[in-house]
Amino acid sequence: MFLLVFVALHLALNLAAVVSADLYRQACEFMDTNILVKIMVPVLALGFIVHILFSIFVEFKNWTGRPAEMRYAVPCKTKVSSWASKNMFVLGVIVVLFLVLHFTHFWMHMQLQSFLGKEGTDPYQLVVNTFSNPVICVLYIVWFAAIYFHISHGFWSAFQSIGLNNSKWLPRLQFLAKLYAICVFLGFTLIPVYFLCCKCCCCAGSC
Amino acid sequence: MKFTLKIWRQKNAKAKGRFETYQVEGISPDTSFLEMLDILNEKLVREGKEPVAFDHDCREGICGMCSLYVNGRAHGPDDDVTTCQLHCRKFHDGDTITIEPWRSAAFPVIKDLVVNRGAFDQILQAGGFINIGGIVPDANAIPISKVDADESMDAAACIGCGACVATCKNGSAMLFVAARVSSLAKLPQGRVEAARRAKAMVAKMDELGFGACSNTQACEAECPKGVSIAHIARLNREFLLAKVQD
Ligand code: SF4
Ligand code: FES
Repeated sequence: MFLLVFVALHLALNLAAVVSADLYRQACEFMDTNILVKIMVPVLALGFIVHILFSIFVEFKNWTGRPAEMRYAVPCKTKVSSWASKNMFVLGVIVVLFLVLHFTHFWMHMQLQSFLGKEGTDPYQLVVNTFSNPVICVLYIVWFAAIYFHISHGFWSAFQSIGLNNSKWLPRLQFLAKLYAICVFLGFTLIPVYFLCCKCCCCAGSC
Repeated sequence: MKFTLKIWRQKNAKAKGRFETYQVEGISPDTSFLEMLDILNEKLVREGKEPVAFDHDCREGICGMCSLYVNGRAHGPDDDVTTCQLHCRKFHDGDTITIEPWRSAAFPVIKDLVVNRGAFDQILQAGGFINIGGIVPDANAIPISKVDADESMDAAACIGCGACVATCKNGSAMLFVAARVSSLAKLPQGRVEAARRAKAMVAKMDELGFGACSNTQACEAECPKGVSIAHIARLNREFLLAKVQD
């Protein structure tokens, strides 16, 4: 749940880049200097690590619950389970792999530099440069799609797993999960699409 | 009706099993699925062959003994029924029907289609009971709201068949454990030991090699008694509160 809040915050700050370059620079400056943010960064990192390690542990336990040699000859025909719910681990691995790429694009040039006490690259220029490459844009959209599926199940599943659910709230939470996941997907996708199109328009203008 | 049956045959717990194919003919659409297997077994006995072993008892959906995984679904293609309540009219004439035992690390095959579901008994022994000392008031003298009584009864409808474990991709027993914990937690008599019960039953379930719940909802879809995953939420709540109290 903590990670869900982080995703929403991350999206809000990124959307500042679509509004204006200065607003985005201000947002980055705020994140760089705010004391609460400084405290929350290691907490967030720890949150991610615990989430990843725990899912590896649970996934391993679940593999042993029905080992490979015990698989059914006829695959399960039960229709209700969403595709995302059956593939959360694979989706998680995809999300983490792209996260590494994302770190090399932004984190290494921004947060890491400021952590090392060096002057980082201009954040807005970094966004413009990164998303001027259509291949990178497509890769990011694939990543956002994986995040969409991961959240569309993970959101309500998190409530269920800590017991905050019942028959009445189940459909509501599942609806909210879809809504939240769609907002996250569309919001994040807007950014590379906006910068790619913007760049193309500039090109078209200058040519 | 005429069917080709692909049935899992396994001599004993240690032997390596395999599928064998049989033909049955002249089956009435109103024959129950288990009666169809009886007809096959009579034929096998007449031919001097070993009949197919499968679990059954009441044959009316109340004991939870029948346990077949038919064409990719626990308890077969019908909804909200046990295998003994399934009828041949749910299939098409000439169909090939694949019959497998429940598959789970915690439910080893004993013979053919019979699995050992003793793990469920062990989970129940760990906490699925009420053990209040002193004078127990008469159940009818304790006021219980209709809503709570209904919810408790919905959970108590669980017959311990194991279809939830058989269906779950993780082989998790959460729906079964949740049904037991929930049915008792909703009643004043069961409330007294609710915390201890939730912890003990979950610990036993983990120890016996069942997988964890990843909320795919497959269990409630195949549960012949329609036990809802809302009971799993209650189990999670009871378990977390009990752990926090520690
Ligand atoms: S919860 Fe449903 S599927 Fe699971 S053991 Fe009970 S009756 Fe069978
Ligand atoms: S034989 Fe009793 S429930 Fe099926």
